[in-house]
Amino acid sequence: MADEILRLERVCKTYNVGLPSEVEVLHDIDLELAHGEFLALMGPSGSGKSTLLNIVGLLDRPTSGRLLIKGRDTGLLGDNELTHLRGHTIGFVFQHHLLISAFTARENIMMPMLADRGFPSAEIAARADHLLAEVGLERFGNNLANNMSGGQQQRVAVARALAMNPDLVLADEPTGNLDSKSADAVFELMRRVNRESGTSFLLVTHNLDLARRCDRIIEVVDGRIAQH
Amino acid sequence: MNRWLPFEWIAAVRFLREGRLQTAFIIGGISIGVGVIVFMSAMLAGMEANFIKRVLTSQPQIQLLTPDQVARPLRKAAGEIEDAVVQRPSQRVISIDQWPKIRTQMLAMPEVTAVSPTITGSALAIRGDASRAVTLTGIEPDTYFNIVKVPDYIVSGGARLTSEDIIIGTELAKNLGATVGDKLNLQAASSANRVLTISGLVDFGNKGANQRVAFIALRTGQSLLGMIGGVTTIDMTIKDIYAAETIARRIQAATVVEADSWIATNAQFYTAVQAQIYTNTLIRLFVGLSVAFGIAAVLIVSVIQRSKEIGILRAMGTSRGQILRVFLLQGGLLGFVGSLFGATMGALALIYWHAVARQADGSEFFPLILERNLFIYTAVLATVTGLLAATAPAVRAAKLDPVVAIRG
Repeated sequence: MADEILRLERVCKTYNVGLPSEVEVLHDIDLELAHGEFLALMGPSGSGKSTLLNIVGLLDRPTSGRLLIKGRDTGLLGDNELTHLRGHTIGFVFQHHLLISAFTARENIMMPMLADRGFPSAEIAARADHLLAEVGLERFGNNLANNMSGGQQQRVAVARALAMNPDLVLADEPTGNLDSKSADAVFELMRRVNRESGTSFLLVTHNLDLARRCDRIIEVVDGRIAQH
Repeated sequence: MNRWLPFEWIAAVRFLREGRLQTAFIIGGISIGVGVIVFMSAMLAGMEANFIKRVLTSQPQIQLLTPDQVARPLRKAAGEIEDAVVQRPSQRVISIDQWPKIRTQMLAMPEVTAVSPTITGSALAIRGDASRAVTLTGIEPDTYFNIVKVPDYIVSGGARLTSEDIIIGTELAKNLGATVGDKLNLQAASSANRVLTISGLVDFGNKGANQRVAFIALRTGQSLLGMIGGVTTIDMTIKDIYAAETIARRIQAATVVEADSWIATNAQFYTAVQAQIYTNTLIRLFVGLSVAFGIAAVLIVSVIQRSKEIGILRAMGTSRGQILRVFLLQGGLLGFVGSLFGATMGALALIYWHAVARQADGSEFFPLILERNLFIYTAVLATVTGLLAATAPAVRAAKLDPVVAIRG
């Protein structure tokens, strides 16, 4: 499909291949994600959600099967090409927000652009300020990451994920460590970005209420897609 | 953020600044190491220069002498020796054959800086009832003073040396009860004698030398020792003092004279100087190694501490090369900043020690030599050491699997 951002074809992932401890975590996963789609990925702990997310995020490679991002077969790409594709196409939001503590909120948002361009610029700073305003934290731009609440840090992490204007944002339980009010605010923020910019989201969550507010829910059980 | 600084530089500086205590301790460690290197290098270089100056300004670096006279066994026919036992002949004091030609040859050598012919021999210095055996050295003051800095050792009178003058050691003057301006009767083994006026007293810092030394003009020496127009030695100085032995061997192979270098005639002193150089090098090497291991240890801890952040940087598109450079830069920066503090500490310690440390005679223990090059080399060396020490941690950081790093 022309409007697919992501396609997985019979993707398998096996750890410790050839060893007695060999274990297949993902079995023949087929999955598509359309441009602008907001997909919830659910499943019990250890079911393979995070492994699937790492493969989709180009942080890990499948043992077999094909992964296509914007129609490109990622199995044919080298490490540097994967890094470039990841930087320009995919944004990450993690459960433990994982901001870089040595930098301020604004600088954390600037980081992906800085890594890509090499040098700071007024354009990068303006983009970071714009994103800070988008997530309602314009007054906290100069705060070090550790001097903000969990909810604020997660909003900064969402802004950072959007810095390179990605086609796809992968969010691994982004609200898992937040109180319900903050969790709701972060989810609404991502939903708004999805609606306004057409960015696709793949959201891993244990929260059924949040999942129901997504466009589609898929469940992973024992390394297989259980239902669509 | 400064727009002229690259991403790697910004990240490296921020990481160092965030781990302030860690950074301060390792910079402290590097500073002490660099300080020790600067202090020891400058002090030992000063002491070496002092020793060299003391030894090599009171004697020639290469001395050309007449070869030993040898007796050959008497042969009756080919392979048949008439007298098997050959007694070593007594060594007559004779002139170097064609010495002006040899002097010209020596002056033509590019390594040679000064050449001076001298005549040496024994005599008796008599004043009143007192007499002492002396070693007479007949010299050409203009050239000889470029080799042995006699004027530097004059403690009374001057370095004037006409045909009627004599410069003697302080101990000899004391033993003879003589001082500057007094007359001295010199009697050679051949019974020739000459009355000369003491123009100066020298102190070479060696009692034995001060008891025997006596300088007179070359022509006076030639007439007193019965060797008109002859010289017994040709003294020389060269550009590279440590090449003295090699040059001496070359001269000996190319001419009829025997060549002695200061290295051969002061073997113990030379060994001591070499031992000092080796010790200094070893100390610098081990201090440098401990600095390198300190930097590596701190950066390895930093990589472990920051593994999640490295993972997140990788996830957001930072390449392995960029991560590698971030940690290499940290090593280089630690080395460079540590070298600046260390060089300052070393220089201050040196200035203090120079002011406090004194030799038995009250003179300075070592000359204060603070060469700009020492500081430049130290800074470059410390920075390179930092970069090298950071290589292993940086490679480890660059190779981190982002999935494992983020999971922690």
